[in-house]
Amino acid sequence: MSTLRILFVGGIISYRALFAWLSPWISIPVFVLAPLFQILLFAYVGRAAGVGDDAFFVIGNAVQYASVPCLWAMGSAITGERQQGTLPLLLASPARRVPLFLGRSLPVVVNGFVVAAVSLAAGAAALGVRLPLSTLGPLALVVAVSTFSCTGLGLAMAALSLRVRDTSVVALIVFGVLLMFAGANVPVDALPAWMAAVARWLPLTHGIEAARDVAAGVPLSGAGADLVAEAGLGVLYVAVGLLALGWQERTSRRLATLDRF
Amino acid sequence: MNLVRLVGVIWWLNLKMRSRSAFDGFMNILWPLFFSTTVFLMFRSTGAAGGALLSAAVGASVMGVWSSTSTTASSMLQQERRQGTLELVVAAPAPFGLVLLPITLSMATIGLYSMVVTILWGRFAFGIDIAVRDPWGFAAAVAVTVVAIGVLGFLLAVTSVRYRTAWALGSTLELPVWLIGGFLVPLAALPDWVRPISWLLAPTWGMAAIRDAAEGRSPLVDAALCLALAAGYGLVGALLSRRLVHSARVHATLALS
Repeated sequence: MSTLRILFVGGIISYRALFAWLSPWISIPVFVLAPLFQILLFAYVGRAAGVGDDAFFVIGNAVQYASVPCLWAMGSAITGERQQGTLPLLLASPARRVPLFLGRSLPVVVNGFVVAAVSLAAGAAALGVRLPLSTLGPLALVVAVSTFSCTGLGLAMAALSLRVRDTSVVALIVFGVLLMFAGANVPVDALPAWMAAVARWLPLTHGIEAARDVAAGVPLSGAGADLVAEAGLGVLYVAVGLLALGWQERTSRRLATLDRF
Repeated sequence: MNLVRLVGVIWWLNLKMRSRSAFDGFMNILWPLFFSTTVFLMFRSTGAAGGALLSAAVGASVMGVWSSTSTTASSMLQQERRQGTLELVVAAPAPFGLVLLPITLSMATIGLYSMVVTILWGRFAFGIDIAVRDPWGFAAAVAVTVVAIGVLGFLLAVTSVRYRTAWALGSTLELPVWLIGGFLVPLAALPDWVRPISWLLAPTWGMAAIRDAAEGRSPLVDAALCLALAAGYGLVGALLSRRLVHSARVHATLALS
């Protein structure tokens, strides 16, 4: 019971406390307008370059843009605690670390999902892309798995927050890497071989492919391999993140560096 | 002469300040490079070559100039306020607008690093050879575009002064200006209703002038239109800045955010 309370209640309270400053004056430009402009930019470049159709860019960029909250908010969950002076209290508490950190990642997954869904709807409306009603359910599932997987990477990055001052720049760089590698704007098969090989181990790559498949009417079972790969990568990144957080916590205590940065 | 000296000294001082951080410089180059690399990969995936690719490559190289200006300019006054220097800037005998303008010009100038790196990146990583037919015209068109983007940044800084989280607005405006300004896509490819907005943007004409020079046409007309629009922005920005400072003094709100 206590574990569930730490997981859900702790996660929600932490999110509300750390991101209370996220007013509509910030969230609408950053989470609604910016992804819409990214979709439009690449859709028009795609038309000029003869790559894909509008649906290709709407889905690719909507799912890829979910990485902004997934990467950045997850890192900020640790740096925010440090800035508010609550990180030592948090790590001194006897609460089990797995529900503690996983709980902090749940609102981030929801945030990423909402950003992707709104971007998908806004991009489709702006470019006249029709997504059949029957595809929306499977699409929602694929987007949810993708945001979970990307939040896993965010959790791994959060471990860095115990060692470096500001992970928002790291989040920015990983966002750029995902933009180039994850197949949002260039089909993975059309990337140079080494980039395609890297892309297969990044979150969102399989999710974007699966999302395009289900949006095109392929049944969920047909996109199952990509969906399983995306979920598997998510589990892998979450495991790496939790292990890294544990290791960094012990190191920070030993070296007395928790509040140093 | 004093005004020219004022603008020159502030521009140079801010350029030196902005050049101090190797990390910031690296990010200024890296961020637009993510987008230009994606664009290059898109063109390469279809085996595209010729006019469209070269045009996009020239446009991609200028993206960093706007990137280095949009977010930082929109939050500039908030930053001055946070640093405690806003009161000093307002209290200085020099016109407020003339103190701000060279700061945003320095932001746009920093973007030239990104431009050079993007051209080299396109050349050596993707084999895109931007052959400039009129180098002097090209250099002049780039200089005019940098000035115009700097003045647009000044207007943005002044108009967003009452927007507490103006950085979010500036960050959001980055991509639409790339799109509407014709950096990567010809204006003819955009919907009809967008084109009048493009024509009101000085960078649109600056980009056209740069392309003209690169392809051996005269950049004079487009560069003149770019400068004329920039002068208009400057005038509006100067008038607005005077009004805003007066209002802030009357209501004693200068230090409030």
